[in-house]
Order: sequence, then structure tokens, then C-alpha cells
Amino acid sequence: MVRVLKLELRGITKRFGTLLANDHIDVVVEPGQIHCLLGENGAGKSTLMNVLYGLYEPSEGDILIDDKPVSFRGPGDAMAAGIGMVHQHFMLVPVFTVAENVALGAEPTKAAGFLNLDETRRRIKEISDQYGFDVDPDALVEDLPVGVQQRVEIIKALVRNAKVLILDEPTAVLTPQETDELLDIMRQLKSGGTSIVFISHKLREVKEVSDTITVIRRGKVVGSAEPSAPTTDLASMMVGRAVNLTLDKAPAKPQEKTFEVRDLTVIAPNGQHVVDGLSFDIARGEILAIAGVQGNGQTELTEAILGLQERVSGSVQLDGKELLGRSVKEVLQAGVGFVPEDRKVDGLVGTFSVAENLVLDLYDKPPFAKGISMSPAKVLENAKARIGEFDVRTPSAAAAAGTLSGGNQQKVVMARELSRPLRLFIASQPTRGVDVGSIEFLHRRIVSERDQGTPVMIISTELDEVMELADRIAVLYKGRLVGVVPAGTSRDTLGLMMAGIPPEEHAHTSQAGPATATTTASTPDAEGDDYV
Amino acid sequence: MSTTVSSPRPGTPQPAGTDNGTATMSAKPVGWKTPVLLTAFGLIALVFFGLLAPNQTASFGISTSEDFFQLPALAVNAFAGGLVLSILLLGLAGYAVYLKTKGRPAPGWLTITFIVLFVAAFLIWVVGGARTPTISLAGLIAGSVTLAVPLVFGSLSGVLCERVGVVNIAIEGQLLGGAFTAAIVASMTQNPFIGLLAAAVAGAVVSMVLALFSIKYLVNQIIVGVVLNVLVSGVTGFLFSTVMQANKAQFNSPPGLDIIEIPVLSSIPVIGPILFRQSLVGYLMYIAVLVVWVGLFKTRWGLRVRAVGEHPQAADTMGINVNATRFWNVTLGGAVAGIGGSFFTLVAIDSFTKEISGGRGFIALAALIFGRWNPIGAFFAALLFGFADNLQSIVTIIGTPVPSQFMAMLPYLVTVLAVAGLVGRSRGPAASGIPYVKG
Repeated sequence: MVRVLKLELRGITKRFGTLLANDHIDVVVEPGQIHCLLGENGAGKSTLMNVLYGLYEPSEGDILIDDKPVSFRGPGDAMAAGIGMVHQHFMLVPVFTVAENVALGAEPTKAAGFLNLDETRRRIKEISDQYGFDVDPDALVEDLPVGVQQRVEIIKALVRNAKVLILDEPTAVLTPQETDELLDIMRQLKSGGTSIVFISHKLREVKEVSDTITVIRRGKVVGSAEPSAPTTDLASMMVGRAVNLTLDKAPAKPQEKTFEVRDLTVIAPNGQHVVDGLSFDIARGEILAIAGVQGNGQTELTEAILGLQERVSGSVQLDGKELLGRSVKEVLQAGVGFVPEDRKVDGLVGTFSVAENLVLDLYDKPPFAKGISMSPAKVLENAKARIGEFDVRTPSAAAAAGTLSGGNQQKVVMARELSRPLRLFIASQPTRGVDVGSIEFLHRRIVSERDQGTPVMIISTELDEVMELADRIAVLYKGRLVGVVPAGTSRDTLGLMMAGIPPEEHAHTSQAGPATATTTASTPDAEGDDYV
Repeated sequence: MSTTVSSPRPGTPQPAGTDNGTATMSAKPVGWKTPVLLTAFGLIALVFFGLLAPNQTASFGISTSEDFFQLPALAVNAFAGGLVLSILLLGLAGYAVYLKTKGRPAPGWLTITFIVLFVAAFLIWVVGGARTPTISLAGLIAGSVTLAVPLVFGSLSGVLCERVGVVNIAIEGQLLGGAFTAAIVASMTQNPFIGLLAAAVAGAVVSMVLALFSIKYLVNQIIVGVVLNVLVSGVTGFLFSTVMQANKAQFNSPPGLDIIEIPVLSSIPVIGPILFRQSLVGYLMYIAVLVVWVGLFKTRWGLRVRAVGEHPQAADTMGINVNATRFWNVTLGGAVAGIGGSFFTLVAIDSFTKEISGGRGFIALAALIFGRWNPIGAFFAALLFGFADNLQSIVTIIGTPVPSQFMAMLPYLVTVLAVAGLVGRSRGPAASGIPYVKG
């Protein structure tokens, strides 16, 4: 009989200075269960799990294993107690082999500390065969696809006989198909006696796989729910108020095509064609969403249009004028509004005030500038108007932008970019790390920009967001366009396209699938277009 | 909603299968840098070492009088030899260009062969043009090893520090601290072995300061390193002028470490003097290179060290104490460099003078990068720098047409070329220079 653990967190509180990240949290993970911690980004889920894994020391509260209190001074203690964790950002050394990564920290050795990885290799093969992982112990981790790297992380925990496996936002980096495979693996692990703590904010996955759901909001447990609870109930529990999950959006009325990209190729410093011969166009009054798993050329595509990439060829025309080869300033003056994917790095100057951030692109033009001097009164006036219009929650216009929450920072960026007349609007990951309430608002603003007749390009790795906003969907894979499909294309088709398979080949693949590794599983059903 | 539909799902593409159409994505580009550089150096060789070479015979002695059998000296006509070698060099360069047009990179052996032949052509040219066109090859190589000893220790120190993610700019200070401490302690105790130990301790102390500030107080590692170099230079310089100069007999006349000859083996031509006619520090160097290499790549300690230098968070989540690993490794690195420093005062020269390390700590840093953060690579890189250094002094003695000032630049020229990436791009440990803060 496999030993099973009962895990209990009792009154866990974690403070970082004055910030209360976890406030007396109680969670009981019953043996052999998949227990979901549901909450928005920044709700305190990851902090709680880092406490459980011994990475943080709790300010108050106890961890109990089989009803006995334990204290972990580091991850080593947690692992010894049977807790394993797969972090959102993988904890794998890229230049090590799979076996070296798995062995790290508990290395089998011969005399005098010499490594002996044969035993590790054997265990990896064993686990890999048992769950159909298909992982080569001698492959270099940096050469492996993300989905396989995640399996290496799971193997790492299983080799250490983890009885409770914590998965922190495991689906964030996966294609929809890889996500389904992961959910299968989770079920298999459960039937093998491993309990799983599944951290997520994606309701569909949570409902599909969980046995119990604990909802966390602003560092507190706000309740628990059954997976059969309606999606809207879970969403409002998570957000703390009623949310409207579907965006009311009128059908697009596309006019003439004013934005054209032809054979756009971007070569990275290492010589890779990170964007490879892209051609597409966007009409006025239309939203084109670019879907794809992270790192398939999206960043480079937007940067190329904006003039931030060096080795670019092809043509990008807006209103019949070529944008390539122009400076960023000229591109902005041509009427391009741009929301970068990482607002903290590229979208805002964190130490500048909200008011200053709102004029980053216009500070040198009237009315904000008079000759070489700026006009603070006008800047402030503008800030007040934008803060009101975009409902930015800030103590004042003079507050440093970096102190705002993610959602409000994003509203500042969006307010700045949408506050001048645009000929093209590009938003990259417009709602990443943004709370559900703000997502609603930001999406409505994007649609209203479209309705004013601006061509809109959205880049998102969240399939839900793509399906929500898009009038047409273009899918990128390894820098190439897999295809452009109409809105309303099924989640399955899009998922396969995100793995590089053009729509016309799908029928073929589904029949000839000896490689379809994992057994039967529930297909994301009719509710596939759930929000969040 | 939770009805489970047991339908065969659409095929899940295996990663390998989907990679088919993306050969352009994964193919690493082949640059023009290597073929162009090789061609340029080939042409330089042809013009200077071939066409402009004096028609004189250069003679290279291979055996020394102590060897148990004698090999005849190698005599080459400078003009003919230079011409043949430079044509070979151009051939290699041409092959690299050919490979480039086929989209393939020049293999490592090609570049190494090129360097060896180029050095040979250079040697023949220099010796052939000298007033006394004769040098002892055995002496040249043995001298190179001697000059390389502190460099090897210094670059091993760099390897130990950078592999855990701490940049050690303070190698120079550690060498200097080791040299000073070895001199003063050996003088006072009249025991060179205690001096050697004290040098290791001194290097370790300098390193601990670096470790403390960069790991605990998160001060920029480069700045701490530079400050330490200046500090050690100032302190040793001050003590030298005030204490050592005042009483040289008591404080600055260390008994040296003797050369230990291993019978029979030391009489093998060429390699005998290199491997078996060394001081204790020299033998320690060979042992240290092997121990560090085996330790880094074959043991548990090494795996953990490398993990800490590449991805400290990963190491932390696997229960490895990142900052403790860093602290002790940096300390160990300092001790190694300290031993290297003792070579100056216990083996090479029998007393301490100001700035006796003469910037070799920085050359060691270059050797570390040239050797790609690998102990054995660093060893050979240090040897190359030692060779350049030694060649410079030998050709000055035999009297060459090239002004000695130019010859004195040679080691640094080699350094610049090496670090500029003549032998491919090096990739250091990913977390090098980045302090680790939990969370």
C-alpha cells in the first residue's frame, strides 16, 4: 500500500514588510485528491505554496502532515516530508542533462563524492514509461520543448517520492493540447496515490480536473467550492463581485485595408529567423488577433513594426506608407499606438509619476511643452482626465506608476496609447497579470477603438482572450503564419494550429495518430469558450 | 457539464514531428569572422614570415645537456620554412572559407592547428633574423611553463569563483597578497612551507572580503574586485616600504622552495623538464588543474557548484544553500590564487617587491575566458600567455630585428585576440555576476 499524506495548512500568515500576502489561510489537502487553489494573479497562491515548500518562512501558522505539525527550514525539508513542487518558471538548469537536473540535490554517488547517475537514469526511464512521458535522461534540458521540460520537473518530484505535488500555474506555458495531456497526467498521478495541489486561475481546467476548490482572494480564503459549481459563481467568488464573462461586442464592420504586412522577416542576433516571411493585413474597424504559444516570434513581430528590431526585411505599410526603416518616433507619429507585452519594462517608467507616464510619448509637443520647457499644469490636467476616463485606481496623479497594481498600470499604458488619434493600434498581451475586473474594462476599450474605425492588432498567448476579442485569428508558430482563420474557429483547431499544424491537415492527423500518446480523455466540451 | 466524452482526441503532435519544416530556425548561423581572420593572418604570414624572411638558417635545440639521450637540433632555412608554413596556413584558411560557403563552421582542430603553425612560422622568422639564430626549444617551453604557473593558479581561482556565479576581478589582489604573505611569513619562520600555507590563507582572506560584500551585501562584484586590487596593492606597497625595506634580512629574505627533480623521468627530452623538474608549487599546479576539473565535472560537489552558477533558484529549490556554496567556493578560489602568488616570492624571485604580480591577475582572467571557464582550457590558455611572455624575453636576448618594445607587447596582443573570440564565442555561467536574493 502506498503511503498517502494528509496535508493541512492552519492559519498561515505571511507578511512582506507591511504587505500582507497571506492572511490566516486554512487549507486541508486530503490524501489522493486534486485540490485546486483558485485565485487571480497576485491573490497570494504562489506565496502560500512557497511557504509550504519551505522557501519562505511563515510569519504565523502551522503546517501539519498527517495531523502532526512540522516546520521546514528549506525546500530540502519539504522534499524529505514528501512534498514536491513544479514552479511556474521551471527550476531546471538549461545546460544540464535531464538526469543531472533530476539528481541535483540528492545525487547518488560512488566513493569520494563521485557522481553515479546510472540509478537516476534508470528511475527516469521507469517513471517516464509508467506515465508515457517519453523523456530521454541524457538530453540537454535547453534542447527540450517546454511541455517536456515540465515533465522533467514532475519526474524530479516523483523521484523524490513526493506524495503531494504542487503545480504552480502549470498550464500558463502550454498549448491547449499540452494542457489536456497535463490534465491526464494529473489524473494518472492521482490514481497512483499522489495528491496534487493545483494552482490556477483558469476556470475551465480547474473544473475539469479538481476534486475540491479553495478560492483565495487578496491573501484570504474566501470559500471553497465543488468543481460542478457554475463558472460564473466561481468567477465572482474569485473576483469578489459579479463579473460579466462574455463581452458584448457588435459584429465587425471592416472597411478598407490600411495596414499591410508583406514577407516580413526578422533575424535575431544569433541568426535565427524569428519572424519568417509573414504576410497579413488588417482592415479598419477590425481586430486581428495573433495567437500562439509564447516565444514563437510575437515579440519580434511587434518590435519590428515599431522599429525596434535591427535585421528586418519585407514591407510594413500603413495608409500606403512604408514603416520599416523609420525611427520609432516616426512610426508613433504615423499614428501607431502600441501597448508592449511587459508594461513594467517597456510600457512605464516605474519611478515616474502616473501623470508623467501618461505623456511619455507627447511630452515634447504642445500643449505639454512650450519650447524647451514643460508645462506641468497641462500634464496634470491631462492626467486627471485620463485617470477619470480609464478608472485608474491611484492615490493621486503624482503617485509613482510602479506602486500601482498590475491592472491599474496597464490602464495607464492603455490610456496613454489611446489618448491620441490612431491609425493603427497594437496591443501585446493587453491583459497579462491583470485582474478580471480590469480585463473587462480593457477589452471594452479595445473594441470601442475598433468601432471608431482603427485597425487593431492584438497579440495574446491566452486562447480565451484571442477568441473573445478577435474578428479574425492569425496563428504564429516558430515565426511563421500557420494560417488565418475566422473568429469562431474551434478551440481544438486553434490548439493544433498553435502546435504548428495547418487547419487543412487536422483531419489527417487525428486519424493517423499512433503518436497520440495519452489515452482517452475528456475533450474540452461545449463550454470551450468559457471566459477566464 | 462534467460529462466525460470518451472520444479519440485529435492527434497530439510530438515535438520532434513538428520540427520538420523549421530547419532554418534551428540551424546555427556560420559567421565569416573565422575564415576572414584566418585568411588575414595567413597573408600576414606569407608576406612577413615567407617572402620577407632572411635567407638564414634558424636552429632550434631540442635536448638539454642534462637529458639522458640527445636529439639533434632542428635546423630550418628561414625563407623556405616560412614560405612552406605560410602556404599551409593559407591552405587551412582556404579550407575554412570553403566550409563557410557550404554553410559549415570551421572545426576546432583547424583553428588550433592554424595557431600552432602560425606560432611556428613566427618563431622561425624571428630566430632566423636574429644575430645568433639559435634558441633552445626545450628551454623556451620549460620557461613558458614557469611563467605560466601564477597564471594557471589565477585562472583556476577565476574558474572556481565564476562557476558559482561570482566574478573574481580580484585575482590580481589575491596573487599579490599571496606573494607578500609568503615572503614575510617564510622569512620570519625561515620555512618556505609555512610561507606557502600563509599565502593560501592570505588569498582566502582577500576572497572572503569579496564574498562577503558581493554575496551578503550585494555590492557590485566588479567594483568590490577592483577596490580590493587597489587595497591589496596599497597595503603591501606600504608594508614593503616601511617594514620590509627597513629590515630586509628579517622580513624579506624568504628561503625558496627547491626544484624537485624526479630521477630518470626528468631527463626525458622536452617533457622531462616540464613535468618532472618543478618546484612544489609547479607540481601543485598540475594537481590543482586535474583536481578542479575532476571535481567540477565528475562529482556531486561540482554538479552543485555548476547549478548554483547557472540557475541559483533551481539549486535553492533542490535544497542547496546557494550563498554558502558561493561563499566557500570563492574562499577556496582565493586560496588557490594565493598559492599562485607564493610562486613569485618562493620560487621565481627570492624576495618581494612592489607590484610583483605585475598585472598577471588580469591576464589570468583572460585565460579563464579564453579557456571557456574550463580548468583544462584555462591551463592551456595560461600556457599560451606564458609562452608569449617567455618568447618575448628570449628573442630580446638573441637580438632580433624587431624592437624589443614590440616583443613586450606580444603577450597582451595575444590576450586581446584571444578574448576577442578568435576561437569561437565563449559562454560563461549564466548567473555569473548576479547576486542571489531569495524569493
